[in-house]
Amino acid sequence: MSKTTFTRRGMLKTGAVTGAGLALPTYLSAAGHEGFTNAPTGGTVTLGFNVPQTGPYADEGADELRAYELAVEHLNGEGDGGMMNTFSSKALQGNGILGKKVEYVTGDTQTKSDAARASAKSMIEKDGAVMITGGSSSGVAVAVQALCQEAGIIFMAGLTHSNDTTGKDKRANGFRHFFNSYMSGAALAPVLANAYGTERRAYHLTADYNWGYTTEEAVKSSTEAMGWETVAAVKTPLTQTDFSSYIAPVLQSGADTLVLNHYGGNMVNSLTNAVQFGLRDKQVEGKDFQIIVPLYSRLMAKGAGANVKGIFGSTNWHWSLQDEGSKTFVKSFGTKYGFPPSQAAHTCYVQALLYADAVERAGSFAPCAVVDALEGFEFDGMGNGPTLYRADDHQCFKDVLVVKGKENPTSEFDLLEIVEVTPVDQVTYQPDHPQFAGGALGSCNNGA
Amino acid sequence: MDAIILQILNGLDKGSAYALIALGLTLIFGTLGVVNFAHGALFMIGAFCAVTLSRILTISHTIVDETQKDFLGNPLKVDVPYVYDWFGEATGNVIIDWAVPLSILFAIPVMILIGVIMERGLIKHFYKRPHADQILVTFGLAIVLQEVIKYFYGANPIPTPAPDAFRGSFDFGLMLGFDANQIIYPYWRLVYFAFAAVIIGAVFAFLQFTTFGMVVRAGMADRETVGLLGINIDKRFTIMFGLAAAVAGLAGVMYTPINSPNYHMGMDFLVLSFVVVVVGGMGSLPGAVLAGFLLGILESFASMGAVIDLLPGINQIIIYLVAIIILLTRPRGLMGRKGVMED
Repeated sequence: MSKTTFTRRGMLKTGAVTGAGLALPTYLSAAGHEGFTNAPTGGTVTLGFNVPQTGPYADEGADELRAYELAVEHLNGEGDGGMMNTFSSKALQGNGILGKKVEYVTGDTQTKSDAARASAKSMIEKDGAVMITGGSSSGVAVAVQALCQEAGIIFMAGLTHSNDTTGKDKRANGFRHFFNSYMSGAALAPVLANAYGTERRAYHLTADYNWGYTTEEAVKSSTEAMGWETVAAVKTPLTQTDFSSYIAPVLQSGADTLVLNHYGGNMVNSLTNAVQFGLRDKQVEGKDFQIIVPLYSRLMAKGAGANVKGIFGSTNWHWSLQDEGSKTFVKSFGTKYGFPPSQAAHTCYVQALLYADAVERAGSFAPCAVVDALEGFEFDGMGNGPTLYRADDHQCFKDVLVVKGKENPTSEFDLLEIVEVTPVDQVTYQPDHPQFAGGALGSCNNGA
Repeated sequence: MDAIILQILNGLDKGSAYALIALGLTLIFGTLGVVNFAHGALFMIGAFCAVTLSRILTISHTIVDETQKDFLGNPLKVDVPYVYDWFGEATGNVIIDWAVPLSILFAIPVMILIGVIMERGLIKHFYKRPHADQILVTFGLAIVLQEVIKYFYGANPIPTPAPDAFRGSFDFGLMLGFDANQIIYPYWRLVYFAFAAVIIGAVFAFLQFTTFGMVVRAGMADRETVGLLGINIDKRFTIMFGLAAAVAGLAGVMYTPINSPNYHMGMDFLVLSFVVVVVGGMGSLPGAVLAGFLLGILESFASMGAVIDLLPGINQIIIYLVAIIILLTRPRGLMGRKGVMED
């Protein structure tokens, strides 16, 4: 005679073991289906938008998120289609990606590498994101790019300008549409020579982190190549808010030009302080003193107010461009949100479309297939003229804008004017250029 | 020599901000015994009083300018401030241009009110709690205030310029016999230093020469005895909290043309101001002012190229280094009193 005893504890144990046993294959299949991480199942595909939602770059992050939401709308066939109408590739049909409706999750990078990695990891592991994109800092981009490489996920970088993102820290699964420090230097130098001559003594103030170093190096080498002399290059702490102690010695050094290798709040404060000190009203050996901001952002320029007037810099894109792609994007974005998009919004929107298009052309979400589709891809109609996604380093090569703070703005958005559209040939460099030395793309990783 | 004079001048305005914030912190600590980590947030709110008044003065109605186009190609909508309609464009421009100095009048009642609400609504419940609890609750409050400001004003810095009359810089070098451009100093920073000196002088005079101030000083020395004499010292201390909030707020208002205000500017000053208070001596008002200027000037010197070349990174640690040295040699700080925070 058999005796069966059901106890509460026994039931719980059995239930837990059975539950775990059933859940395990489901989890593994979510990660490993079709041989790559987070292969989409069902009728939807999830993208992960990792942008700064808190912290000092939160406004820029909000603009990136607006652009991604617009891109998702257009990919799913809603709205006016935006740049899908002007994009040279016609693979996108407005029916999602490979027929799957596009959904998205968001993460908050906080503009901190560890927080950005944690939010990207969570979107990959918990939400099943098949691609991660966004960000407003090179430190974040490099950190998240490395994580995506390990996880077998495609990373489409947002706003990141350091040479290292597609230089020594490049990865096979990572792609950058935004321009870089080298390109800024190469585009700016001839314009500066025209405007200010070839005999200038430059003083650099440089944010003490990776992006600052590569920008200083790029601007120094480009301007020195045309005859300028670098009097001093001083590192300033990233947390610095009052730059008076750094700006006061500039005139004593005999310099007649100040280069502010600063971004965000640093740029707003250092430029404001420099103008307060009256540097722009000074003359050094008969030359008017000049200030240069290598990387301009309209959102950040707004914080510096009238201080940006007449100051040269470079930018990846500007809403006043008159090509069909830019006009279409500005109309879509402006109609939806009531103001023109920033360069951060533009690069993020374009990256989302480029990823979707690559998947369509590859016929697969598998990262290695997407990498193949993007490498060497030439396209147009996205706002920067004919563009190449170079296979050697996954950097986009396109025209670069040299801009100047506008003297008489007509609105709060009308802060910069385009001085020159520098042709792509002038900002192109060899993959083994010393400023990009070290590191290797490695092989693409499908994960799973 | 010119470089040294220049860095002393630079240190004075930075020191002025430290001194004003530290003065308020010390007033609160000396009267109520509370370590107020929300004091940096009061500095930040003061700055945003200037931003708010600027926005109030530029409240506009819209007219459509058919001759110009907006970014979507529609006729441009131009904002015309109401002050133009009321006072004419020229006078209206002057009023808007002087928004920051005018904000002083706006900030004083607002900051006193915020200070009193903060003290009565939250901080009074923590008087008998340990200092650690006070620090936690005031730090939490600072974060809440910061996020509230970010919600309404965004994360980007907001330009709030000085009046046109104070833009540009003054060539001190020429006055002292140096070559041109060797020692230049912005007019507004001179104004800030003078303003800080007036506020500090006024606070000391108020405490020293008024009956109210005398009672407060007596209460700081022996709260119990003053209470036994039938004086409502709690009420006076609440007013002092409001006054300290106003001092921090005014420091913030006048700082806006130096650096465009943003929601986390208070935190940037808070930690340094606490170091200033500790170096000056907990509870010592003259100590807070002295240490504020001293550390401001030292910080400026440490940012000189020659000093950084000699000791890389010294600009980031100088204040803490000096604090360690002073606390090792004078544990109560420069002008600290016996018995304060020593029980």
